[in-house]
Amino acid sequence: MDYVVEMRNIRKSFPGIIACDNIDFQVKKGEIHALLGENGAGKSTLMNILFGLYQPDAGSIYLRGKKVNIVNPNVANELGIGMVHQHFKLVHNFTVTENIILGLEPTRALMIDTRSASAQIKELSQKYGLNVDPDAKISDVSVGMQQRVEILKMLYRDAEILIFDEPTAVLTPQEVRELMKIMRNLIDEGKTIILITHKLREIMAIADRSTVIRWGKVVGTVNVADTTEEKLAEMMVGRKVLFELNKKEAHPKEEILRIEKLSVAGSGGAKGLKNFSLGVRCGEIVGLAGVDGNGQAELVGAIIGLRKILSGKIILHDRDVSTLSIRERISTGMAHIPEDRHKHGLILDYSVQENLVLKNYYLEPFSHKGLLNWDYIYDHAERVIKDFDVRAGEGAEASARSLSGGNQQKAIVGREFDGNPDLLIAVQPTRGLDVGAIEYIHKRLLEQRDQGKAVLLVSLELDEILDLSDRIAVIFNGELVGLVNAAETDENEIGLMMAGGKRGATA
Amino acid sequence: MKKKLIVKKNFLMSLFAVILGLIAGAILMFVTGSNPIEGFYYLFRGGLMNIERIGNSLATATPLIFAGLSVAFAFKTGLFNIGGAGQMLIGGLCATAVGLTFDWPKPILLTVIIIAAMIGGALWGALPGLLKARFNVHEVVATIMMNWIAYWTVFYLVPLYLKGPFLETESQRIPMAASLKVSWLTSLFSGSYINLGIFLAIIFVAITAFILERTTLGYELKAVGYNRDAAEAAGIGVNRNIVLSMAVAGALAGLGGATFYVGFASNMQIGVLPSQGFDGIAVALLGANSPWGVFAAALFFGLLHTGKGFMNAMTAIPPEIADTIIATIIYFAATSVLIERNWDKLNKFRLALRLRKSKQESLEDDSGGEQ
Amino acid sequence: MVDLIYQLFPYAIAFTVPLLITSLGGLYSERSGVINIGLEGLMLMGMFVGALIISRTESIYPGTAIWIGLLAAMLFGAVFALLHAFACVTLNANQVISGIAINMIAAAVTVYLARLISGSGNIQIIRGLSRQTIPILSDIPILGRLLFTQTYATTWFVLLILVVATFLLYKTRFGLRLRACGEHPHAADSAGVNVYRMRYMAVIISGACAGLGGATFIVTISGEFNGTAAGLGFLALAALIFGQWKPWGILGAAFFFGFASTVANVSQVVPMLAQIPGIYLKTFPYVVTLAALVLSSKYSLAPKAIGEPYDKGKR
Repeated sequence: MDYVVEMRNIRKSFPGIIACDNIDFQVKKGEIHALLGENGAGKSTLMNILFGLYQPDAGSIYLRGKKVNIVNPNVANELGIGMVHQHFKLVHNFTVTENIILGLEPTRALMIDTRSASAQIKELSQKYGLNVDPDAKISDVSVGMQQRVEILKMLYRDAEILIFDEPTAVLTPQEVRELMKIMRNLIDEGKTIILITHKLREIMAIADRSTVIRWGKVVGTVNVADTTEEKLAEMMVGRKVLFELNKKEAHPKEEILRIEKLSVAGSGGAKGLKNFSLGVRCGEIVGLAGVDGNGQAELVGAIIGLRKILSGKIILHDRDVSTLSIRERISTGMAHIPEDRHKHGLILDYSVQENLVLKNYYLEPFSHKGLLNWDYIYDHAERVIKDFDVRAGEGAEASARSLSGGNQQKAIVGREFDGNPDLLIAVQPTRGLDVGAIEYIHKRLLEQRDQGKAVLLVSLELDEILDLSDRIAVIFNGELVGLVNAAETDENEIGLMMAGGKRGATA
Repeated sequence: MKKKLIVKKNFLMSLFAVILGLIAGAILMFVTGSNPIEGFYYLFRGGLMNIERIGNSLATATPLIFAGLSVAFAFKTGLFNIGGAGQMLIGGLCATAVGLTFDWPKPILLTVIIIAAMIGGALWGALPGLLKARFNVHEVVATIMMNWIAYWTVFYLVPLYLKGPFLETESQRIPMAASLKVSWLTSLFSGSYINLGIFLAIIFVAITAFILERTTLGYELKAVGYNRDAAEAAGIGVNRNIVLSMAVAGALAGLGGATFYVGFASNMQIGVLPSQGFDGIAVALLGANSPWGVFAAALFFGLLHTGKGFMNAMTAIPPEIADTIIATIIYFAATSVLIERNWDKLNKFRLALRLRKSKQESLEDDSGGEQ
Repeated sequence: MVDLIYQLFPYAIAFTVPLLITSLGGLYSERSGVINIGLEGLMLMGMFVGALIISRTESIYPGTAIWIGLLAAMLFGAVFALLHAFACVTLNANQVISGIAINMIAAAVTVYLARLISGSGNIQIIRGLSRQTIPILSDIPILGRLLFTQTYATTWFVLLILVVATFLLYKTRFGLRLRACGEHPHAADSAGVNVYRMRYMAVIISGACAGLGGATFIVTISGEFNGTAAGLGFLALAALIFGQWKPWGILGAAFFFGFASTVANVSQVVPMLAQIPGIYLKTFPYVVTLAALVLSSKYSLAPKAIGEPYDKGKR
C-alpha cells in the first residue's frame, strides 16, 4: 500500500508531558482523513510536526514513499504541505492578495506585481468555487471568507496535502456545509485532506478514514463507513461515554433575572445585541444557543457589567442592575464562569489562594480595615480545594499557572459557587477540557440548579446546550430568534434557528 | 518554599547582571589602555574609604531609592514608568519654589516641602495614568513626553521666577531652613552631603513593602498588573488603580526630586534631565521590583557614582565608567530572560527529583512555617 | 512677517532634517514590530562618530571629510543598533528596557571616549557643511526662496532617502514582509518569511538612519559633539508617533516640530517672536503628540505586534 503521507514512530515531549508517544500515522492519496482526539491528546502537535513547526524527538516522515526532513514550514510548503491553522494567520490591514502572496511575491522591476497576482488568485478562487474578492481588506471580510483566504494561500503554493485544524469551530452551520463542499471540490482536483477535529458528527459526514489518538498514542485507524459515532467516542475517551446525563426534573420557581429590550453596541465587526429580552427562573438552566459572534459576548458582557448598554434593562432580584458596577452586581448574587479562563477567570501569576478570594478579598474576614488576613485566606483556599477537588501540586500556594486546564476551571467554579450565588452565568464552561472534567462541571451545574439556583448557560456546543438546559434560547444576529422547552425540541430545530430561521415563538 | 526560591533566583539573576556589567566596564577600561583592577580599586575605595565618603554614597543613593521605588511600584500594576526624570524635576521644582518662597521654621517648612514635592510628582505621574486608563495611551510614550514637557517647563520657569543672582541657568540657593541637610547629620558624617532624605527613603521603602504585601490595596494593584481583564471582571476598579498607581509612582519620584534638589544639592540647574530618573529603572530591575531589593541596588549604584570622581582623580579613567557599568547592567538585566529560562529548566528538574523523594512523606509539613 | 518666514525657513528645514531621518529610522524598526526608544542613543552615537571622524580627517581631506564622517556615523549607528536587535530579537528582551539601555550606554560610552580624546569631552569640527542656493529653482516665486535658498546637500540626500524608504516600504517585497512582521509575525513566519532576519534588518536600518541624523546635526547645526543629543531622538520618536507611522506623515510632523523648535530658539533675538513664550513652543511637540494619541485612541494606527517579542514556540 502506498501512502502519500506516512509518519513512523513519531515521538515528541514537552516539559512535563509526552505529546506524541511513538505515533504511526498514514494517509492515502485523495482521501479525507480525520485525526480525532480529545483536547490535549496530541493531534495538533502531530500535525505541527508534519508542517515543520516542531521537530520530533524521534521518528521519521515519508512523503510519497520518500523520507523527508521537514525542518520548517518553508520546507513543508515546498513539499506540497499546507495548513489552515485554528487561529488564522492573516494580516488584518493587508488585502487578500497581499496576504496570499506574502513570502512568494511575484515582482516586476523591483515592485510587487499585484495585478497579475490578483488575477491569478481570482482564477484559483473560481476553479475551486471559493468566491473570494482578491482586493478586499482582511479586516472587512467575514470569518468564513478569511478561512477561504487561508485555503487559497495553500492552493497558491500548490499544496497537495491540506491540513485543516478544527476548521468548523468558527463557522455558522451554512458555512460548515459550504466548507464541506469546498473540501469535496479539493478532493476531486486530486488533493489530500487531513482534518483535525474532536467533532464526531463532522467525521461521519465527510471523512473517509479516521485515526484516533488518546494521550499521545494511536488508538486505531478505522474506515468511517464501518463505524459509528458511539464507537469513535469510545475510542477517543477510552471508556463508554454516556451520552445522557442523570438529569432530574426541574422545578423552576420565581423569575430572578429579567432582561428587557436590551441593546448593546457590537465590537470589532460584531453585530451587537438588539432589543433582546429573556428571563431566567430559579431552579432552571436556560441555555443560550447560537453561532459564535452573534451577540453572546455582548449579552454576557452587559449582564455582568463589562460592557455598556445602549438601552434596556437588566433586572436582578426585582432591581435594575444595569447601572451598577461590576462589584455591586457580584454582591447582588451574580456569579460568572467566563469563556476565557486565562483572560477573564484567573490571575495566572497569583497563587490559588489569592485567586480564590479575587471577588471577596475586601470583605471581612478575608481582610480587616484594608489589611489582608492571610491565615484565613489560606484556610479558605484549603477548604475550596477540598470541596471542589482542585488538584494542585503545592496546594493553596501553588501558582494558578501551574494547574492543568481542568483544575483551573474547577478552581474558578469553586470560587464562583463559594459565594452561594443566586444566578450563575456560565459561558463555555467546558471549553478545552477533557471528558472527565466536562462531566464533573456538568454535574456541578445541574447540582446548582437542583438547589434552586438560576443558571444561564452560554455555549457554542449544541450538545452541551441540549443535554443540560431546561429551556433553550437561540440568538442570531444579536436578536432572540426563539425560546423553546428543551424537552420539546431537537438538534435540527435549534440548528435551523441558529441560522436565523424563526419558529412560532413560544414565550 | 516557593517564595524563597523566587528570591534566590532574582538575587542570582541580579548578581549575574552586575558581574556582566563590571566585566563590560573592565573591558572598556582595558581596551582604552587603563588597568581595570586599579580602576575598580579606586572606584570602590572612593565610595567607601571614610565616613564622609560613606555619607556621600548614602546621599547619592537616596534619590535613586525613590526613583527605583517609583518604577517598581508602577511595575507591580503592570505599568512602565519611565517618567521618573520628569516627575523628579517637577517634585524638585515644587520643593525649591516652596523653599524659596516661605520663611517658616525648619520642621514646618520641610513638611510642606515634602508634601509639595509629592503632590507635584503625583500630578505629573497621574496624567499619563489617566491617559492610559481613559484613552489607552501607552504609558511609556506618555511618560517620555511628560519628561520633556517637565524639562522645558523647568527650563523656562526657573529663570523666570527662581533665578539666582549670578547665573541665568540655575535657581537661587535655598536657605538652610529649606534644606534636608541638618547639621548634626552633616557633622556626624564629617561634612558629607548626607541628609534627612535617607531616613525618608528607608521609611518609604518599608511603607511600600507593607502596602504591596499586606494590604488589599496592594492586592488590587498587583491583580491589575498581572491581569487587567481578570481583575476588571472580578469587580476591581482597574482604571482607578492605574491612575492611583501612577500617582503614587509619581509622588515617590517627586519626593526623590526633593531629596536631590533640596537635599543633596542646594539649587536647580536648568537644561538637565536628572539621570536618576533612568538609573531608577536599573535600580528597579536589579532589585527585582521588590522594595528592599530596590534599596540594596540603589546603595550599590550610589557607591559607584560617589566613587567615580575619586577614581578619576587617582587614575586617567574618565568618571563615565560608572555610568557605563550601570547602563550595561540594565542591558543585561533586560536580557536576563535567557538566564531565567535555563534557571526554570534546572528547577523543574530539581523539583521532579525532590517530589519523587518526598512522595511518601506527608505533604503538609511546610504549610505551617510559611505564614 | 513674510520676511521673517523667509529667514526662518532655511533654519527650520535644517533642524527638520536630522529629525526626519531619525524618525524614518524609527519607522523601519517599529513597522517591523520593534519599539525603538533608543533613537536618542543611536543619534548620539552618530554625533560622536561623525564629529570624531570629521575632526580627524578634515585637515587631510578637506572636501570629503564631512561625507566620510556621515558615512562612518551611519555605519556605527547600524553596528550599535545590533545591540538592540540582539536583545529584542534574539533574546526576546523587553524592548523598552533595551532601548533605555541603548540610550544610557551611548551617553556613557561616547562621553567616556570623548574625554579620553579631548579631555573636556567636547569634540569640535572646524568646518561644517556649507549652504548652497540652487541656481534655477531658487528663482521660482515664493517656493524658491522658501525651499531652494541656503540649503544643505544633506537635506536633499535625506529627502531622497525618504522617497526611497517610502517606495521600499509600500511597493517592494521587502516592505510587504517587513510590515507583515510588525502586524502579525506568526502570519509572516508561516508564509516563509524569516521574522528574526527582517527585524534585525529593520533595527539595523534604524541605527544607520539615526546615526546619519546625529551626524547631520553636527555638520549642519551644532558643529561640535558635547555629550548629549538634547532630546532630539525623543523628538524624532514623537514625530514618528504624531506622523502615525507613515513616511509622509512623519515628514509633516518633523517639519512641524522643527519649525516650532526653530522659532523657540530664535525667539529671544527676534523681537516679534519674543511675545510667544518659549515654554509653549518647546513643549508644543510633546503636547500635540499626547493629544494625537488621545484622539487616535479608538483606532490606533500603531503596528499591531509592536513591542511583542516574537517567540516561535508560542502560537
